[in-house]
Amino acid sequence: MAEAVPLVRMEEISKAFPGVLANDRITFEVADGEIHALVGENGAGKTTLMRILYGLERADAGRIYWSGRPVAIQSTEDAIHLGIGMVHQRFQLVPSLTAAESVTLGQEPRRGVFFDRARARAVVQELGARFGLAVNPGARIAELSVGEQQRVEILKLLYRQARLLVLDEPTTVLTPQEVAQLYEVLRRLVAEGRTVIFITHKLAEVLAASDRVTVLRRGCVVGTLPTREATGEGLARMIVGETMPAILARGGEPPGPPMLRLERVSAADDRGLPALVEITLEVRRGEILGIAGVEGNGQKELVEVATGVRRPTSGRFLLNGQDLTRADVAARRRAGLAVIPEDRYTEGLSLPMTIEDNLIATRYRALATRGVLRMVAVRAESAALMRRFDVRAPHPRVSARTLSGGNLQRVVVARELGGEPAALIAAHPTRGLDIAAARFVHQQLLEMRTRGGAVLLISADLDEIMALADRIGVLFAGRIVGELSAAAATREQLGLLMAGRSATA
Amino acid sequence: MQAFTDLAFATLRLTTPIILAALAGLLSQQVGLINIALEGMMLAAAFAAVLGAFYAQHALVGVVAAVVTGMLVALVFAVFVLRFRANLIVAGLAANILALGGTGYLLQVLYQTRGAFAPPGLRGLGTVHIPGLSQIPILGPILDGHSPLVYVTWVLVILTSIFLNRTVTGLRVRAVGEQAEAATTVGIPARRLQYGMLLAAGGLCGLAGAQMSLGNLQLFVYNMTNGRGFMALAAVFFGQAQPWATTLGSVVFGFFDALQIRLQTTVGVPPQITQILPFLSIVVVLTWVSWRRYRARPVAA
Repeated sequence: MAEAVPLVRMEEISKAFPGVLANDRITFEVADGEIHALVGENGAGKTTLMRILYGLERADAGRIYWSGRPVAIQSTEDAIHLGIGMVHQRFQLVPSLTAAESVTLGQEPRRGVFFDRARARAVVQELGARFGLAVNPGARIAELSVGEQQRVEILKLLYRQARLLVLDEPTTVLTPQEVAQLYEVLRRLVAEGRTVIFITHKLAEVLAASDRVTVLRRGCVVGTLPTREATGEGLARMIVGETMPAILARGGEPPGPPMLRLERVSAADDRGLPALVEITLEVRRGEILGIAGVEGNGQKELVEVATGVRRPTSGRFLLNGQDLTRADVAARRRAGLAVIPEDRYTEGLSLPMTIEDNLIATRYRALATRGVLRMVAVRAESAALMRRFDVRAPHPRVSARTLSGGNLQRVVVARELGGEPAALIAAHPTRGLDIAAARFVHQQLLEMRTRGGAVLLISADLDEIMALADRIGVLFAGRIVGELSAAAATREQLGLLMAGRSATA
Repeated sequence: MQAFTDLAFATLRLTTPIILAALAGLLSQQVGLINIALEGMMLAAAFAAVLGAFYAQHALVGVVAAVVTGMLVALVFAVFVLRFRANLIVAGLAANILALGGTGYLLQVLYQTRGAFAPPGLRGLGTVHIPGLSQIPILGPILDGHSPLVYVTWVLVILTSIFLNRTVTGLRVRAVGEQAEAATTVGIPARRLQYGMLLAAGGLCGLAGAQMSLGNLQLFVYNMTNGRGFMALAAVFFGQAQPWATTLGSVVFGFFDALQIRLQTTVGVPPQITQILPFLSIVVVLTWVSWRRYRARPVAA
């Protein structure tokens, strides 16, 4: 396979967004007729790279070769014309149309001005039979299951003669049975002369369904290897990084009494499937508990249950001995809980609002008299927070949108930690940040620990966990499969646990 | 019996401009644009119909003038909304106010009148008598003897239904209205379809205006549409922009319109009170419809 001309070669691709280098001189090759897994954490640059290939983004630098021939992909039309098709994470389907209409939309079979329904149905049936993508052509999209909708999306590409199919995290929305069916489809696609790239961050899927795998980390290629030479632990290490960061100074105070406690908490995900199974966690004062694990193993649900956004199906949540299981977000915040959410753009901040508004969003009641904000106090408070947390902005009353990623996270951290909370839940707090901004966030977490706060740090970045946490719990398939003291934990041990094997320690 | 026949006949007549405007509204809705400018397009067209028919001494010229005027208003509306990204509601309101003020102004300046304009010798659309139709008991007297636009309207309902459900362009129109992004990603020119549907809406409103000023009565009255564009919009909501259901809604609202006129003339209820009736029916019907839809919504997992 190595001597043959690759179907696609992306060479030295770079792409920067304000504040982030999403792709840093990436060279990526896909051979004709293979299933190639593209893995890495969110923000590693997988989706950006594929959006460049599909003409949705323009690379700042680099070249693309299609069957050895240099090509300029300026738009989606160019990509489709070459034979590249992409299924996005969010499906592009019209709910009221039938499957046959959806597949052929844009290149409809016609009879005069009329839509040739019979031929459209025949096409869907024929393609479906050939590739193992059975869908009832007359069913409306709204009536189909998510798995069937995905099949319609794939059929759309095949109908347009795609040779290379890019699937962006195709399994996240599927049930386990549907995932198994999808693997089957991928094999059929390859047997019929197609080539597949699928983006994922789940190791089991890589091992089960791909021929080769390329790992990205922080915008760079870590490596490409044949899947049969790969192991779960090895991939996990490649994804989360091998290099130890500079050791951060940790205070020597021993942790105090328990502050934050989850007791046998179970929860379901959006599809109703179990996402957390009987999780018990305890974070003491002056302690950082790190939760490691490959993403998609219940992290999102854990954060949501702890912050009060998602109701657990069973179990208890306690803060400082107080049972807050049924308390909403506001009540938990009043009790002393702070949150750095996973997505600062949609959950952490309101981008159209000013920095000042964002900073006081959790404390405006204290700054108001009979429902009217005391603007002098608001200005003073936000100015103090900006100074203390070094938020660099032209003015406190500009829209948050104008700030870079690092400064936005400073706004979040300033708001959450400015009030000296008793406990903090930090979800992937440095994702997508540059080194300086990440270091700032790390220092803030350690300061919180030093002054006796309890920190639950959920992160997919093993370096971050190992550098900050006092104890490390590993989340796998919704369970805490191991808990180690940070001093004793090794990367190998954690890698095994993250891959779902029991540690031998 | 005579009373019933008269009421049904009047319903069919008064329903016609509402159906035409509702077809215009549903075509706009089907490309994702809520068109509140129906009223203004109709009013401007009704005025143009009278002028055209009067100066050319031919009703057909009036109809053509009305269609062209409706499309011109629609074009301006479309350019502001689609090209300059004006807010749909604001642009629609502007079109309505402009049509109302503009026709009033022209009435005043050109014909020195504030209310009705019925130039002598103005020719209306007249009536069509279909041979044999009037002989059918009950239905005959209801269906026969309307203005030609009444019959054209029902043909247009059928054509609209075929267009949306059977043609390739209709399929694309539906896709654009429901999920514009999904349509654009497969290379459908959404913008062009939106222009096309708005222009078609203008033409349909032109016919509606012509029916109002040349069909029933041969005159133009200041603000003669009097909310029928909004009745049409209500019918579109009632019918979820589906041709037959929307037409049914138009007929329901047209019926109450006919009923209120009848109550004025026969029972002698003051018009200020009876004129509420069609709009009251809209409130009641739409409340009932949304309650039904609320009940039928899929239960969240």
